[in-house]
Amino acid sequence: MELNSKSPTGPIETRWERHRFNLKLVNPANKRKYTIIVVGSGLAGGSAAASLAELGYNVDCFCFQDSPRRAHSIAAQGGINAAKNYHNDGDSVYRLFYDTVKGGDFRARESNVYRLAGISLNIIDQCVAQGVPFAREYSGYLDNRSFGGAQVSRTFYARGQTGQQLLLGAYQALERQIGFARGIVTRDLISGKIESHFADAVVLGTGGYGNVYYLSTNAKGCNATAIWRAHKRGALFANPCFTQIHPTCIPVSGEYQSKLTLMSESLRNDGRVWVPEKKGDKRAPSQIPEAERDYFLERKYPSFGNLVPRDVASRNAKAACDEGRGVGESGLAVYLDFRDAIERLGASVIKERYGNLFDMYNRITGEDPYKDPMRIYPAIHYTMGGLWVDYNLMSNVPGLYVIGEANFSDHGANRLGASALMQGLADGYFVLPNTIGDYLASNKFEKVDASHAAAREAESDVQAVTRKLLDAKGKRSVDSYHRELGKIMWEHCGMARNTEGLKHALALIPPLREQYWSDVKVLGSGEELNQSLEKAGRVADFFELAELMCRDALERNESCGGHFREEYQTPEGEAARDDENFAYAAAWGFQGVGQPPVLHKEPLTFEYVHPSQRSYK
Amino acid sequence: MRIILHIWRQRNASDKGKMSRYEVPDVNHEMSFLQMLDVLNEDLIVRNEEPVAFDHDCREGICGMCGCMVNGMAHGPLPGTTLCQLHMRHFKDGDELYLEPWRAKAFPVVKDLVVDRGALDRIIAAGGYISVATGSAPDGNAVLVPKENAERSMDAAACIGCGACVAMCPNAAAALFTGAKIAHLGLLPQGQPEREQRAIAMVAQARQELFGSCTNIGECEAVCPKEIKLEVIARMNADFIRASLTGR
Amino acid sequence: MSAIAINPVHRVVRFYEAPIGKKAIMALTGVMLFGYVLAHLLGNLQIYGDPQQINKYAAFLHNPANAGLLWVARSALLLAVGMHIVASLQLWKLKNDARPVAYVKKEDAAATYASRTMMWSGPIVAAFVIFHVLHLTVGAVGPLPQEIGPNEPNVRANVIAGFSNPAISAFYILAIALLCTHLYHGLWSMFQSLGFSHPRYTPKLKMGAAIFAILIAIGNCSIPIAVMVGLVK
Repeated sequence: MELNSKSPTGPIETRWERHRFNLKLVNPANKRKYTIIVVGSGLAGGSAAASLAELGYNVDCFCFQDSPRRAHSIAAQGGINAAKNYHNDGDSVYRLFYDTVKGGDFRARESNVYRLAGISLNIIDQCVAQGVPFAREYSGYLDNRSFGGAQVSRTFYARGQTGQQLLLGAYQALERQIGFARGIVTRDLISGKIESHFADAVVLGTGGYGNVYYLSTNAKGCNATAIWRAHKRGALFANPCFTQIHPTCIPVSGEYQSKLTLMSESLRNDGRVWVPEKKGDKRAPSQIPEAERDYFLERKYPSFGNLVPRDVASRNAKAACDEGRGVGESGLAVYLDFRDAIERLGASVIKERYGNLFDMYNRITGEDPYKDPMRIYPAIHYTMGGLWVDYNLMSNVPGLYVIGEANFSDHGANRLGASALMQGLADGYFVLPNTIGDYLASNKFEKVDASHAAAREAESDVQAVTRKLLDAKGKRSVDSYHRELGKIMWEHCGMARNTEGLKHALALIPPLREQYWSDVKVLGSGEELNQSLEKAGRVADFFELAELMCRDALERNESCGGHFREEYQTPEGEAARDDENFAYAAAWGFQGVGQPPVLHKEPLTFEYVHPSQRSYK
Repeated sequence: MRIILHIWRQRNASDKGKMSRYEVPDVNHEMSFLQMLDVLNEDLIVRNEEPVAFDHDCREGICGMCGCMVNGMAHGPLPGTTLCQLHMRHFKDGDELYLEPWRAKAFPVVKDLVVDRGALDRIIAAGGYISVATGSAPDGNAVLVPKENAERSMDAAACIGCGACVAMCPNAAAALFTGAKIAHLGLLPQGQPEREQRAIAMVAQARQELFGSCTNIGECEAVCPKEIKLEVIARMNADFIRASLTGR
Repeated sequence: MSAIAINPVHRVVRFYEAPIGKKAIMALTGVMLFGYVLAHLLGNLQIYGDPQQINKYAAFLHNPANAGLLWVARSALLLAVGMHIVASLQLWKLKNDARPVAYVKKEDAAATYASRTMMWSGPIVAAFVIFHVLHLTVGAVGPLPQEIGPNEPNVRANVIAGFSNPAISAFYILAIALLCTHLYHGLWSMFQSLGFSHPRYTPKLKMGAAIFAILIAIGNCSIPIAVMVGLVK
């Protein structure tokens, strides 16, 4: 299959503007004749649904939570990037573009990234106008802070709850519109009713698939079901192995652990990461003298120090623990220490900046980070991969658009801090509302209803899956299978991967999947709210997706960004990219469960930011 | 440690429901409250009993999905903490806990501890926003916001819409929730043009949803996981009264 | 739809339909009733003055020349009491409708005794007021009121006669205690109901409300006590 990215050419600064001009428009009076389904109500889905409804389209927005305000975008803490250069520190759209392409380890489309960087300016304006209470300076101007992977201060924030405030902005914009693919099939979570919904276009803004690993910083309900089912019906899945590990999470405390909690990366602005010099040093942190502490990020990366990108910070933390220098009971943690920052700035400044994060840490661990350093460890946090989309954010299935974390487009192999919120809102507020009209205006649509063969087939598929899960009446709970799958993935397709491990995982997953279908135990019925059944369907999809992730990781014989293959590293232990052979997006086509998928390659060219080995030294 | 739970079990909205007693014999101090419920549910599945339905999602205290009454206190005994952030180290061996869903006419029970909080969305839909079309905003720094106002606005905007305020209120009022949104937007210059209509429309919607009336008791403030202050209710009252007196 | 829509009903209807409107009415009528309680107490405290003072005061109030004013005041008070009671009953109904199923177990997180018992202290105080009027103004209960002359009640003698009965005095003291818990919550809460709250002043208001309520309680209770221990003869 020839993948047409529809990326514009010519000077990068004007690509989006020229492209937008060339898109067909839908007459304002005709917009109400079109129905668009938006699945997901996070930053991407919520902002898209609100903006599309505002334009006059009929919009149906779906979410699995009891309210659109609860989508997991809400948990983003640190901030949102925008190249405003309010601080006169040399920032520009071009620099944000440059940082993002480089931070993504040269595996993203330049056109997309430049557009994202440009739109970052409008997002801040839009959110301020909506009433997002961004942090202010005493003068009343917007405040900024710096974030991992950047040397300028371009991150706008609302305490440690930026995601919440941006999401509430989008949610309120969506609620303002109340009274508001050719279709999707849903199972009503409360009544169990299976229904088909029809539209002229479908937008998936359903987030990432980090929950494949069972333990991640995602919400418990986050799932890949919408994108995976779309993939099984023809949409290509790109770069599934590009997963991001977040360096600053609260370590696992026991087998009952149900999720991992992230502490915003902004903590690395003032916190210093260290482990003891000596292996197996079990002294309390306050007992370890300065000379016997190894501030390993500052030592190895003097220019970026504690602010190196996430993948670098995570791998170094893992390396320190692998050497036996990890701290805490499990030895799977490093310190993040605020002692010096508190001395320099005073506890009140630290409290103002990170108060809610410190409180959260204290609630979970029972320890006081104002006195003792935090213990942190990397955890699965974000997935750069997702459904393949062109420059218009449309997948290879006509009329199916994919936005936000659910697509693969802008972050390459690694996402920079405070860029997820930026991408979600850029897609939803500014890109999709412009591009979707082109599709609607260029096509004629026949009326489709529930009697359509495709709809009936999809409905009966959903019914069959539900029946099969309820009828298995096996011995083990859904969670026990999910936990087992997660362990395989974390072990073999996690922070560092190798051929042997990936092959091992590929040998373990299919039999476990088979066992799952025959041995899972789902109680209750399909005709009412059944949380076990919800989980069961999602885990079934995770099994198939996990296999694809391992295949993709095995195929990509290089290290780049979040994908670190142990065989491919520089002598200093940094990721060794292979631009000659792997400068492409890997878009996989589904061939059937258990069948090897087919690989389509979208070559990536870099006209502006020339691939170099990332150096944060 | 061993924890005894009395949990409200109700199959669906039309079922009568009753309290059932369970025991979780092996609770670890480091577990969160919801992880303790996970353990109970895994155990129920083994015993072929349907697991307890409870709402939860982010499990980091921000989505507002979780929450139930624990011994008559919304989100349990720890102030400023959602149920998912409450850890078992705050309980002791042999403790007997009563878990009940949020009770209010406006929050019908869906199943067990799960309630429908759509009424809160409808209050926001009535006026909890600023009517700005995408793309029409001026530069972010064109509107200056005094730092103190931004901070106070953020204090109110921190509301996670969990419904604990309603659940705890002896009148089942949604005053803290409604007031928080009115205060959040009303403290910012961007929120001024619609301030009066907002107060009138949101207050009217809360009434229509059959929430009760605030009698200034302060139970909501005491259990709010984001520690939103009663002051926001006074702001709502002031905005509503002013709008009613001066509106044309 | 893209802007905030408002239901087009008359603004008075809209105001009173909202619980906030009813609470505002309760606050405003509450202020009037509080003013009356205060004035009534100041009048009563004259019992500690010259033995003739309180009777002169009563004669002044009952002077036919002032009858018009007296009835205006009485009507205003009756209206305030009526509105206070009607609004509170409507809110009481709203409260019951808003939570049809009670909790099996419910604790109080912050509620004061006063705030939780407004709906008990209120009716008891109302019943007390009726008794009080029957007792000392109309004389339907207890000894018949004495008069010095037409429109000149012998208040002093009536009070002494009335409070010589320990059961009646005890009931007065109990009712006053309830009145004052009612006043304590009502006094600071009316500021909140009318939209005033400030982190610096609200705690002071609560403190002030408590002091006021206690002073009023002391002032009112002192009279039956003084009669019983023989300070006022």
